[in-house]
Amino acid sequence: MNSILLLALIPLVPLLAVPVILATAHRPNLREAVSVLTGLLLFGLVATLLGQVDLQAPPTLVLAEPLPGLALALSPEPLGMLFAMVASFLWPVTTVYAIGYMRAHHEDNQTRFYVAFAASIAATMGIALSANMLTLFVFYELLTLATYPLVTHAGDAAARRGGRVYLGLLISTSIAFLLLAMVWTWQLTGTLTFTAGGVFSESVDPTILSVLLVLYVFGTGKAAMMPFHRWLPAAMVAPTPVSALLHAVAVVKAGVFTILKVVVYLFGIDLIAQLAVAEWLAALAALTILLASLVAMTRDNLKARLAYSTVSQLGYITLGAMLGVAAGVVGGGMHIVMHAFGKITLFFCAGAILVAAHKTRVSELDGLGRRMPLTMLAFLIGSLSIVGLPPFGGTWSKWLLVQGTMDTGMWLLTATLLISSLLNIMYLVVIPVRGFFARPASGASGLQEAPIASLLAIGVAVLGCIVLFFSPDPVYQLMKGVFR
Amino acid sequence: MSLWDHLPVLVVIIPLMAGPLCVLVERPLAAWGLALAAAWLSFAVAVALAAQVNGTGVISYELGGWAPPWGIEYRIDTLGSYVLLIVTGIAALVMVAARESVASEVPEALAARFYAALMLAFAGLVGIVATGDAFNVFVFLEISSLASYALISMGRDRRALTSAFDYLVMGTIGATFILIGIGFLYMMTGTLNMQDLAARLPEVWDTRTVRAGFAFLTVGIGLKLAMFPLHLWLPNAYTYAPSVVTAFLAATATKVAVYALLRFMLDIFGIDFALGRMPFEYILLPVGVIGILSASLVAIYQVEVKRLLAYSSVAQIGYMLLGIGLASTTGVTGAILHLFNHALMKGALFLALAAVAYRLGSTTLQDLTGLGRRMPWTMFAIVIGGLSLIGVPATVGFVSKWYLVLAALEQGLWPVALLILLGSLLAVVYVWKLVEAAYLTESRDDVKVQEAPLSMLVPLWVLVIANVYFGVNTEVSVGLARQAAAVLTGGSG
Repeated sequence: MNSILLLALIPLVPLLAVPVILATAHRPNLREAVSVLTGLLLFGLVATLLGQVDLQAPPTLVLAEPLPGLALALSPEPLGMLFAMVASFLWPVTTVYAIGYMRAHHEDNQTRFYVAFAASIAATMGIALSANMLTLFVFYELLTLATYPLVTHAGDAAARRGGRVYLGLLISTSIAFLLLAMVWTWQLTGTLTFTAGGVFSESVDPTILSVLLVLYVFGTGKAAMMPFHRWLPAAMVAPTPVSALLHAVAVVKAGVFTILKVVVYLFGIDLIAQLAVAEWLAALAALTILLASLVAMTRDNLKARLAYSTVSQLGYITLGAMLGVAAGVVGGGMHIVMHAFGKITLFFCAGAILVAAHKTRVSELDGLGRRMPLTMLAFLIGSLSIVGLPPFGGTWSKWLLVQGTMDTGMWLLTATLLISSLLNIMYLVVIPVRGFFARPASGASGLQEAPIASLLAIGVAVLGCIVLFFSPDPVYQLMKGVFR
Repeated sequence: MSLWDHLPVLVVIIPLMAGPLCVLVERPLAAWGLALAAAWLSFAVAVALAAQVNGTGVISYELGGWAPPWGIEYRIDTLGSYVLLIVTGIAALVMVAARESVASEVPEALAARFYAALMLAFAGLVGIVATGDAFNVFVFLEISSLASYALISMGRDRRALTSAFDYLVMGTIGATFILIGIGFLYMMTGTLNMQDLAARLPEVWDTRTVRAGFAFLTVGIGLKLAMFPLHLWLPNAYTYAPSVVTAFLAATATKVAVYALLRFMLDIFGIDFALGRMPFEYILLPVGVIGILSASLVAIYQVEVKRLLAYSSVAQIGYMLLGIGLASTTGVTGAILHLFNHALMKGALFLALAAVAYRLGSTTLQDLTGLGRRMPWTMFAIVIGGLSLIGVPATVGFVSKWYLVLAALEQGLWPVALLILLGSLLAVVYVWKLVEAAYLTESRDDVKVQEAPLSMLVPLWVLVIANVYFGVNTEVSVGLARQAAAVLTGGSG
C-alpha cells in the first residue's frame, strides 16, 4: 500500500470505528469484536508503514492548512513510529482485557467507554505521526478532551473532582505555556516543522531559548513533571483499563514523547547541551523521580501507588531528554517502550485483583499469591522489569540512561537513577513478595483468578517484558535512526 | 443600471421594507415567513457583494444618483463585505430557528410587531456597514438601537422592561456622543462623506475640536460595543431579551459596533492619528486586558447561563479591542478574525440556549443538569461552542487566539500574550461548569424533556460545523481579515 494512504488511514481507522461501535451499541459481543478487530487492523497498518517507509526520507501528508504557511501534516519518523507501534500494539491487548474487566465489574455506559477509547487512540496516532509542533499540539489537546469522559466514567462526585484536576492541569499548562512557547517559536523562526538538528538559528538569544525550553517542558503537562503531576493520580478514578493503556502508555507517553520531539527536532541535542537551564530541568526531573518514589511508598491504594510510580518513571525520560547526549534520548525513547510493557502489566494485575478479589489496598494483598498465583507472578515480572533487572526489558533502557548521565559527567544524576531502582524494589517488588510469602490476613482460600480474557492480556504484556530483554535490537536500531 | 448595480442599497432596503410589511400582514406565521425571506435575500445579496468586491475591488454606490461628497454614498470594501456576510448570515440562520422559539416566548398578539422590530434592527445594522456617510451611520445606529430596545422589552421576564430601559438610557447617551463627535468633525471639515473626511482631516488634526470629536466618538462607540467599563447594560439586556433576540444581537450588534470603531478610528481618522497622535493604544490595551480578565472572572460566578455567556461576550470584546490596540497588521487581523469567529461561537451558543429555553422555559445551570442525555444534540453543540470559546485547536477560537498572541509577541509584549492565554483558562472554568452540569450531574426526574425541534437544531448545527470548519480551513476567514487589516493599517504595515 502507498505510504501516504497508510499515513491517512492510521489516525482514521480508530476514528471510523466510532460510528460502528455506536451502531452496535445493543450487541455487546459485536461491539467489542469491532473494537478488537480495529485494534489489530491498526497495528497491522502501523507495522506495514514501518516496514515499507524510508524513515530517512519520509513522505508528508498535509491534512489542512489552518494558518498560512502552517499546515496540519503527518510524517513518520523513528521516534514517532516507535510510539505508534507501542500504542497500537497495546490497544487491542487492552481491549481484550477490558472485555473481561468491564463485564465482570458490571460497568455502565460501556458503549461510551469504547467510543472514547477509540477516539483517544486516534488522537494518540495523530500525536505520534505529527510532522510539526502545531499538529502535535492539536492532537495533544484532542487527546485530553477524548480521555476526559473516560476519567469521569463513574459520573459520581469523586469522578467529577478527579476530572476537574485532570482537565484543569492538562489544559491550563498546555494553553498557558505550550501554546505560548509554540507561537513564540513560530515568531522567532517562522517554522514549526520538526527538523533534524533543530530549527533555531545561531542568532537567537540563549536567554529566550532557556525560557522557551522551560515553557515547553512545563507546558507538556502530560509528562507529569513536578509540580504539575497531580492530574495523574487524580486520573486513577477511571476504570482500570483506562489507567492501564492511557495513563501508563498513551497519554503519559504522549507527554514525554512531546518533550523528546521538542528536544530532538526543535532545539537539537547540541543546543540542549549548551543550555544551562537544561541541567536545572534535569535536576528537577531527578527530584521528581525521587519525590514521586517516596510518595508512592506512602500510598496504600494500589492504583495510586502505581500512578506515583509512573510519575517517577516519566521523570527518567524527561531526564534523558535534558542530558543533551544521544544516549539519553535513545534511552528515553526505549524507556517509553519498556516502561509501557512493565506498567501496563502492573495495571492489568491491579484490575484483575479488583475484579477477582475486590481488593484495592496494598495492605490487603498479603497472601493473595495463593489465590491468584498467575496474577501475582505477572505482577512480580512487571515490577522487576520496571526496577531494571534482567531478564526483563527494563534493563536496557535503564542501562542507556545511566550511560547517558555518565556521558555528561553529572554523577548526582547517575546516583539518582540507582537510588530510584532501590526505591522501586521497596514499593513495587515487595507487593508480590508479600503476596506469596506473607500469611493471609483472613478470608477465603482456593483459586480465584481473574476472567480469562483479562489473564490472556496479562500474558501478552508479560511476554512483551521478556521478549524485549532478549531482542531489544529492533527498538534500539529504530531509536538510533533518530540521529542518523 | 441593472439590478446588479443596486446591490449595495438592496442589502439594506430589503429588511427595511420587510419591517413595515410584517406589521401589515399581522399573522405571526406570515410575518415570520416574510422576515425569513428578507433575511435570506439579504444574505444572498451580501454573498453577491462579497464576490463583486473580491473581483472588482471597492464598490461605490451613489444614492439617488447624487455624486459624493454631496450626495450620500454607499461604499462596500473588503472589511464591509466581510462584516455584511457575518451579519446577514447570522440573521438568516437565526430566522430559521425563530418561529418555534418566538411562538413559545412572545405573546401571539405581539409576534408580528416582534418580527417587524427584528427586521428594523437588522436593517439598521446592515446600513451601518453599507454606508459611506458618517451621518448615515448615526441614523442607522438609531434605527437598530430603537428597534433593539423594543425587542428586548418583549422578553417574558418582567425584568426585561428595566433592562431595556437601562439599555435605552446608556444607548442614547452613546448615540448622542457619536452625534456630537460627528458634528465636531463636520464643523471642522464641512463634509460627512467618510472618504472626504479622511482626506480633509489631516489638515486640521491639531485642533482641539477634532481631538474632542475623536474622544466623543470613542466613548460613544465604546458604549455601543460594551467596551469595559461601559458594558453594564449588556448582561441584563442579553439575559432577559427573548432567546432569539439574544442570539441575533450577541452575534451581530457588538460586531457591527467593532466595525464602526475600526471604520472611524483606523479609516477616517487614520492609524497615524489614532495611534500616533492620540494615545489610543494606551486606552485600548489596558481596557481590553482588564475587560477580558474581569468579565471572565464574573462569568465564572453566574448561575444563569445566558448571563454567563453575556459576560463572556464582554470578555471577547476585550480580545478584539486588544487586537486593535496592538496596532499592527497581525493585531488588527486578529481583531477582525475574532469578530467573525466570535459571531460563530456566540451565535451557536445562544441558539443552543434558545433550544434549552424552548424545552425547559429557563436557562439556569440547574436546568442544564442531566441534559447531556436528554438533549444530546443541543448539549453537544454547547460543548463544541464552549471549546471554541476556550480556543481549543481545530476550532475557530484557536485561530483568533493564535493571531492575537502572535501580535503581542511581535511587539515584544509577552505579558500581554500571557494574559490573553490566562483569559482562555478562565474560559475553561466557566465552560466546564456547563459541561459538568450537563453530563456529570444527576438529572431531575420530575421534568420530561425531549430534544429540540429540527427547525432549531439545523441552524444551530450549521453554526457548530462552521466553528470547526473555519477552524481548520481558514482560507476565506483569515484571507479576508488579513486583506482588510492590511488596508486599515496601510501606513504602519
